[in-house]
Amino acid sequence: MSNLIDDLKKQIIEQLSLEEVKPEDIDSNAPLFIAGLGLDSIDALELIVLLEKNYLIKIQDPKDAKAIFSSVQSMADYITANTK
Amino acid sequence: MDVMQLQYLRKNNMGLSIVSYCKIKNNTVCTNGKETYNCDSAIDFTSFLTTVYKEINLDYPKFFKMDNLSKSGILAAELTIRNSENFEKHAKENVAIILSNRSSSIDTDRNYIKTIIDKTQYFPSPSLFVYTLPNIVIGEIAIKHKITGENAFFVSEMFDFQLISSYVSIVLNNNNTSTIICGWVNVDENHNETFVFCVEKTNFNQERNGLNMPFNIDNINQIINKTK
Repeated sequence: MSNLIDDLKKQIIEQLSLEEVKPEDIDSNAPLFIAGLGLDSIDALELIVLLEKNYLIKIQDPKDAKAIFSSVQSMADYITANTK
Repeated sequence: MDVMQLQYLRKNNMGLSIVSYCKIKNNTVCTNGKETYNCDSAIDFTSFLTTVYKEINLDYPKFFKMDNLSKSGILAAELTIRNSENFEKHAKENVAIILSNRSSSIDTDRNYIKTIIDKTQYFPSPSLFVYTLPNIVIGEIAIKHKITGENAFFVSEMFDFQLISSYVSIVLNNNNTSTIICGWVNVDENHNETFVFCVEKTNFNQERNGLNMPFNIDNINQIINKTK
């Protein structure tokens, strides 16, 4: 799980062009949107693409997205639960 | 502007003047006629823009998410505004932005197409897609400086002084607009050229601090041709 979290942090930085953020700056349990990394709606779409591209996971119900992307930890939990 | 207005302006030696400008071309930044930053011409354009961002201490993390067209516009507008003596005195709703270019958003359009061309690797990028319009650079400048005045973006083969000067005159003389961020922002592989300037109404009889170039075709050509 810790490897997955580290990978996710690196992928988020790359996918969202967070040039001035280092993986160690990201608190795994901090909110990704508004507070924390302060991501916006376009970033949310990029995170959906990230899950599809890197983990072949498609979010079936858009209503789940808010909970899935609430933190790096919640993303890692979702990936673990949905990887065959 | 009607004939009466034009006669009044001429009689009182009033007109439109360029009060600051910035030009970015060939990895060189020129502000109000002085070369302010020069980078190794071998460096790629994106790296050059990042270097300038750091050099001028912009501290605006959203910059890194922008395409090169918006990055160029943001940097040139920032340096133009910083070098304008009076910019902060203008109410933000009275500031207009009028930009133009030749290549529209072709540079980002190409990058976006790369994300959808391979049907087995079909991952359309939302962050690229939002920059597949040339006028987005105006939005980015407006957001950064909280500008809410008029705006327009024109696409033409070269900087169309006749069109832009007419539009600038109409905007400055028919509503509350008191200054215009105006210019050319073009990004297309090796054809990257940006020049942005601030235009205001001026009484040429009165002394004023800073730059005060009449807004005419000769001075625009001088800005265009001044640096490498």
